[in-house]
Amino acid sequence: MNDVTTTIRNYISKNILFSENDYPYSDEDSFIEKGVIDSMNVLELINFIEERFGIKVVDYEIIPENFDSIDKLTAYVGSKL
Amino acid sequence: MMLVQEFLERTAERLPDKVCLVCDGQRLTYAQMEDHANRLANALRKQGLQRGDRAVIWLPNCIENAVAIFAVLKAGGIFVVANQSTKEHKLGYILNNCQALALITSTSHSSFITHLLNQVPSLKTVVLVDTDKTTELPDAYFSYERIQDEFDPTRPPHCNTDLDLACLIYTSGSTGDPKGVMCDHGNVDFASSSIITYLRNIEEDIVIGLLPLSFDYGLYQLLMTFKFGGTLVLERGFTYPAATLKRIEEERVTGLPGVPTIFAVLVQTDLSGYDLSSLRYLSNTAAALPPNHIQKLKQKFPSVVLYSMYGLTETKRTLYLPPEQLEQRPGSVGIAIPGTEVWIEDEEGNRLGPGQTGELIIRGRHVMRGYWGDEVATAKRYRPGPIAGEQVCCSGDLFRMDEEGFFYFVARKDDIIKSRGEKVSPKEVENVLYSLQGVLEAAVIGIPDPVLGQAIKAFIVTDGREISDRDVLAHCRVNLEDFMQPKHVEFCMELPKTESRKIKKTGLN
Repeated sequence: MNDVTTTIRNYISKNILFSENDYPYSDEDSFIEKGVIDSMNVLELINFIEERFGIKVVDYEIIPENFDSIDKLTAYVGSKL
Repeated sequence: MMLVQEFLERTAERLPDKVCLVCDGQRLTYAQMEDHANRLANALRKQGLQRGDRAVIWLPNCIENAVAIFAVLKAGGIFVVANQSTKEHKLGYILNNCQALALITSTSHSSFITHLLNQVPSLKTVVLVDTDKTTELPDAYFSYERIQDEFDPTRPPHCNTDLDLACLIYTSGSTGDPKGVMCDHGNVDFASSSIITYLRNIEEDIVIGLLPLSFDYGLYQLLMTFKFGGTLVLERGFTYPAATLKRIEEERVTGLPGVPTIFAVLVQTDLSGYDLSSLRYLSNTAAALPPNHIQKLKQKFPSVVLYSMYGLTETKRTLYLPPEQLEQRPGSVGIAIPGTEVWIEDEEGNRLGPGQTGELIIRGRHVMRGYWGDEVATAKRYRPGPIAGEQVCCSGDLFRMDEEGFFYFVARKDDIIKSRGEKVSPKEVENVLYSLQGVLEAAVIGIPDPVLGQAIKAFIVTDGREISDRDVLAHCRVNLEDFMQPKHVEFCMELPKTESRKIKKTGLN
């Protein structure tokens, strides 16, 4: 599971925040509250986790409960693996 | 004419126990909203906010944002809602431009606000939302939560007329600096009534607000819903389509105002798992819907009426297509909104007939009052109308009209980009690009994009330094709002120039 967390964290830092540094928030922080992602980034994130983890994200699963923090996304990916 | 705060006040008298706002898991009645807004208004008055003073609200879509809008009006002030993703430099510009006396924002921004107080001499009062009530705040800072506990809920007496300004709505300008469109109470009341008339809104309507309150289309969902006594389901955005669809089902939403980007996502989404039978209408503005999306929306929502509309912040809304015309004229954005007039004219000011292309000119009580503190820009956009003392608005957009009087958008006269339904000034993005070390030349254009409408593309010439597209995007991310971020970056050896050595964009794509 730690690998999943690290992979997601690194992806968001490098490809959404365009940061050379580590992910600047804690894993439980809400993406929306912190302004980490918007609706376009969610689509990018879905493409990434589908390709990287070989899972299929169904429309009705794209909800804050699954996607709105590193912790939630890790748990969601874990449940699909 | 009504004052805008009366949209809330009159409905609170008529329907005190009705839910007016659903947001973040909370449900507020009209009486509660009136109570909260009165308390904050009394606090702002005590801090010296007077008739005509500006107060900037920098919050996401939330209950406190809606309360603050009505509180500023009740105190006699002019509200300005800044986009939540506005960066610090631009917020400072807006605060200074409108000489704001008060700022209402979130505790999460408090470290930056200290810095800002020194940069904005007019700013005397900061109200922070989400405070710990027991924490002592420095001078000039006030806790929203303590204000709600400690201030009187009595409605302050009205101190303005319908000719006073109700709000400034900042919009992108071709010069790069945002301009505040001055909207008086009469403008807002008239525009709201006209739109309510053609949408046929009734008290039973439940509208979902997906667009930011900083955007006139988002703001008017709140204002109009309170005026006709409906319920607004206010969302942070459209980040999670499945969550939005679930909310429509749970709250039995009847009206869904969207922009093409939202509808582009909806037409690709499997809706079969949701009961969306409560929906009565969809409305689209900001940019035209592609004809195949109109077809798909009609298939996915067979019993729902779709309104294609056109407008600019400078007149709020201008045109709407009566839904029964959609089949026959899918490419049209319709006719003038009720109680107003439009025509097309050539560059010499001659009115043009069917089939001819010219600039759309707008006349009516929805023509706003100009740009705050910018007489030059105002004179370019607004000019005297047929009767002494009135103004008409020159849209800056080219249109043509068919034989039956329905209008069709042809092109913009300026180079403003429309992305995600919002206006983006290429100049504003270029100014940010030039502030990145190593950028020698920059040019920004919009290119067609199936979801965004137009995507922003930046062309860059460096001074020889190594810059990556990641460097450019990181720099933009900390300096520009979300909808202004370039999607594409291309490095060039040089950019095409005109004879006067200005960058020529016509060859870029």
